[in-house]
Order: sequence, then structure tokens, then C-alpha cells
Amino acid sequence: MGKVIEKAGVDPGLLTLGIDTLLEKYPYLTDFFSALGIDPFPGQKTLSMLIESLSPDHLSQFNLDHHALSAQVLEFIAKMEQCRYKIHGRMDHLVIGAGFDKDGCPEAMGITLFPGEVVSVVGPTGSGKSQLLSDIECLAQGDTPSGRNVLPDGKTPDARSRFSGEFRLVAQLSQNMNFVMDLTVEAFLHMHAESRLIDNIPGKIEQIYQSAVMLAGEPFSLDTAITSLSGGQSRALMIADVAYLSASPVVLIDEIENAGIDRVKAVSLLLNKEKIVLIATHDPLLALSCDRRIVIKNGGIADVVKTLEAEKKSAACLAGLDKKLGLLRERVRKGKHLVFDQNFFNSN
Amino acid sequence: MNQVLENPISSIRLVTVAGPPSSGKTSLILHTAAVLLEQGLRIGIIKFDCLTGDDHKRYERAGLPVKKGLAGGLCPDHFFIANIEACVQWGISQGFDLLISESAGLCNRCSPHIKGVFAVCVIDHLSGVHTPRKIGPMLKNADLVVLTKGDIVSQAEREVFTFRVRQANARASVLPVNGLTGQGSLLSAGHFKTAPAIDSLNGMRLRFTMPAALCSYCLGETRIGPDSQIGNVKTMDFT
Repeated sequence: MGKVIEKAGVDPGLLTLGIDTLLEKYPYLTDFFSALGIDPFPGQKTLSMLIESLSPDHLSQFNLDHHALSAQVLEFIAKMEQCRYKIHGRMDHLVIGAGFDKDGCPEAMGITLFPGEVVSVVGPTGSGKSQLLSDIECLAQGDTPSGRNVLPDGKTPDARSRFSGEFRLVAQLSQNMNFVMDLTVEAFLHMHAESRLIDNIPGKIEQIYQSAVMLAGEPFSLDTAITSLSGGQSRALMIADVAYLSASPVVLIDEIENAGIDRVKAVSLLLNKEKIVLIATHDPLLALSCDRRIVIKNGGIADVVKTLEAEKKSAACLAGLDKKLGLLRERVRKGKHLVFDQNFFNSN
Repeated sequence: MNQVLENPISSIRLVTVAGPPSSGKTSLILHTAAVLLEQGLRIGIIKFDCLTGDDHKRYERAGLPVKKGLAGGLCPDHFFIANIEACVQWGISQGFDLLISESAGLCNRCSPHIKGVFAVCVIDHLSGVHTPRKIGPMLKNADLVVLTKGDIVSQAEREVFTFRVRQANARASVLPVNGLTGQGSLLSAGHFKTAPAIDSLNGMRLRFTMPAALCSYCLGETRIGPDSQIGNVKTMDFT
């Protein structure tokens, strides 16, 4: 166990600090101790005194002795601080080097993605959209079926950090995802914020809550259980949460067209957070709100289409139509009749 | 992680996979093995189960040689440790490069991990955020923790779950693997390949003691009452 102490980032000096000081500096220690059935009753004690005061019997339940526990605490703090440090790490661009399509022919091109950019991924079902997303998630190094290379900042990632799963490049949002925790919105956001080791948790919770309500259109309260949110509210909360709390620089969105939320607002919220947003979609409005479209065919990137100026004008027209549909949806919701003709869509 | 595997004759790489029931152990192994088979490895599987199980058929369908061990009335962990050396020798005799042993996964106190043998723990995201605390040694002593069923829970819950796992075991690598599509199995395969090669388990040690036993109920007692409780018995404290 002695060698553990010498591991990188581990600071044995912490053992001589007071528990009070440590808990203030590393609030996650409370959780660490409670998981081991230890009450770190704040007071005059130092960390090493606290550890020495535990009975060997108690520790043996966890396969620990005093020495092993000291090592474990220090290692835990080192790991957590490493995570905290990583949150502030930034990525300037993401290079996806071309690989091969399903027939083994070279892909037409690769692509470089930048933070603050929203790119849609289009192509028929089974064309290989998921493989592209999966390549990004596992930082493919020519070792996936597509043979692509995914290079954060254009550099080959360190194999150790790739295999340890420490650096999660991608946050995912899909239609199939649900909340499964039995918690209120507030408690849930609190738990997530805590695990992200951020400061000013209440402020963050309020920010996410407000954005989620704005996206959902239907208000809900902080006391609502997350499992009883409507489909649209859940989706809205997930998006706001990813925007404000996820450390991953890339966000993958799969089919949000039917979620009953303001799609365009959702996308702009994510963009403001300097993320690379990839959307697999067939929705014209959403596709046109993207800067570029990656076209996938037979497992390979066949083309990258830039959104034309003319298309942006069309998008404005489409947005008008979408608004009109929204009005009709609202009438359905309120139990009203829907009688309209062509003029309804043509009028302003 | 991609170094050439040098497997001297009469040795084998062993991986122990543990996890609660239905957490996705078999699916993880099938997807990981598929990646490794493609790389030319010869792989054998040992499936430990309690009563009956059909998981071995899934391995057979995938073309993987499999041996099934049924613990019956015994603690599956105790059964495992009494038989794993024979499994290793079977694996060596078959000329496998890699032997993967899958535990029954019954109680949260399971801990089949062995010092010097690559240890994997599989947990699913649906099992709740308190799970990483509840399952003790099989998570705490693992080298690799695989999280499954992440495709159906929110990103936030996945992040909280991963954090909780790291709290319980700061040392292990933590990877998400989708048991349905196999997404993520490339990285788990990279880990399986690095398992140390061994020629025998004799003289090696468990990472943590197994659930203790040896009371009258172990020997088939069915009556209830102080007169019937003989041996290693622990009573609750109501003070």
C-alpha cells in the first residue's frame, strides 16, 4: 500500500489538516465518509486522528485498515480534484479524419467541428449515423469498423485517458431517454450539480430551472418529481441541464422534433454554451437552423453541405409556418375547434 | 493498449466479470468477445450460475466455447472459488488466449475478484444512484467498471451515476457500454486484452473475503429458532 501514497496528485500533507478545513475545501468528503459509515464529526481533529480513532473492526467490513483508508482518502481527493480541473479544460476544435464506408471504399471527406457550431447529421435509417456518433464517443483511432480517427484539437488522444473513460467527450440526448430517479426537480439538479463539483449550486439550479420552463412552454415547479414531468418538460429539463451542467464539449441530439419543445431556442441555448452540437434529424426547420449538414451514405460521410443564404430565407418562411402550427396545437390543447383554410397559413 | 499479445504456452489471460443479476454481464462479454475474436484471439467462457440458466446458449450461438457451473444449494461465490482453478486448466488445455468467467451475481456482497487477475464489475444505470454504495467489494475491488443501459436514462443521471462509482472506486476505469448495440465494447476489449497471463491460480489470493457461512442453515436446516441456529450466526442489534 505504501506505493499508493506516492501516486501523482496525492498529497500526504492533507492528513495533518483539520477535518473542518478539509470538509470546507473538499465538500465531497462528507459523502465519502458517510459511504463508509463514518461520522466525520467536525471539530478539533485532523484527518489522521480521525482515521486512527476508527476501530479496526469497523474498517474490516470495508476490507480496510488505517493505512489503506488513509491511502484511499488521499487518492479519492486527488481523483476528484483532477475531475474538477478537467471541467475547465477546453477544446478548440475536433477533427474527424476520414475512414471508409461499408464497402471499404474511402469516405469522401472528414470534417473539423468547432465549439459554438451546430451541425446536423442526415441520411436514411441504417446509413451509419450511429457509427459516426459512436466513433466520436469512443475517440476512434482507426480501430472502429469505419476506420475513422477522432482527434480533439487535432491531436491523438492519450491512450490511457481514452481507455480510463475519464474524459467524456460526448453528452447525449435522445428521444428514448427517461428520468429514472425518484427525486424532485430541485433535488435532482442539486445532486447533479454536486457531482460536478461546482460552486454556487443554488444559482445554477435556478438558471437551469428557468431555462427548462422557457423551453417547455408548460410551466412546472421545482417540487415536481422528475419522473412525473411530461415528455416535453423532461426533454426541456434534460437540454437545459446539459447546457449548464455537462462537462462534455460535444452534445449529440437524436430526434427532438416531436418533443413538444421550442427546438430552435433549445439549439441556441446549447450554442451559447460554446458546445459543438450534432443533431441527427430529418426536420427541415431544425436542419436549416444548423450551419452545416453532414450527409451520410452507406456508412461514410458522402458530403458536408453548408447552409445557403437562400436556405436561411426559406428557413424564415418555415419558421412562420411552424408558428402557425403551434397556434393550432395550442387550440387543440385548450379543447377548441380547428377551422381554418389556406389563408390561415398565408396571413401574417 | 494495443501491444501484441505474447502468450507463452500453458498460460492464459483470465478476466472475472461480476455484477448484480440482469445488469448486462452476458451482453457485455458477448460484445467484447466479438471485438477480440475479430482480432484473432481464442476465447473461452465460464458461466457460473445458481440454478438453471440459459446464458450459456447465448455464448454457444455466438460460437464461443462455454462451460457452465451450477452452484445449486451452495453460495455461488464459494462454488466459484472452489472451481475456478479447474476452469483455468480447462482453458489452457483448450489453447485459449483468454478465459472470461461470468459470476452468477446474486447478493451485493459477492466478490469473486482475485489479486493478479483482471477484475470487471458490471452495473446498470437503472439500478439507482445508491447502488454504487450498496454493492461493496465487487465494485470497490474492480479494475474496470462497466455501466450499462445508459441509452435510456438522462445524461444527468449518467453523470451522477459515474460520479458515485468513482466515489466508491477512484482507481478503476469507468466505461459505458451499450449491451444492445455494443457501443463502447471496443474500449472494454482493450482492457480485457491487458489481463495478466497466468498458468495457475494456486497460491494466489482473493481481493476480499467472501460472504461468510457455515451455520446450521448452510447444512440444510429449515427450522426457525435459537435451538436450530448453530455455528456462525450474527444477530441484529435493536438497542
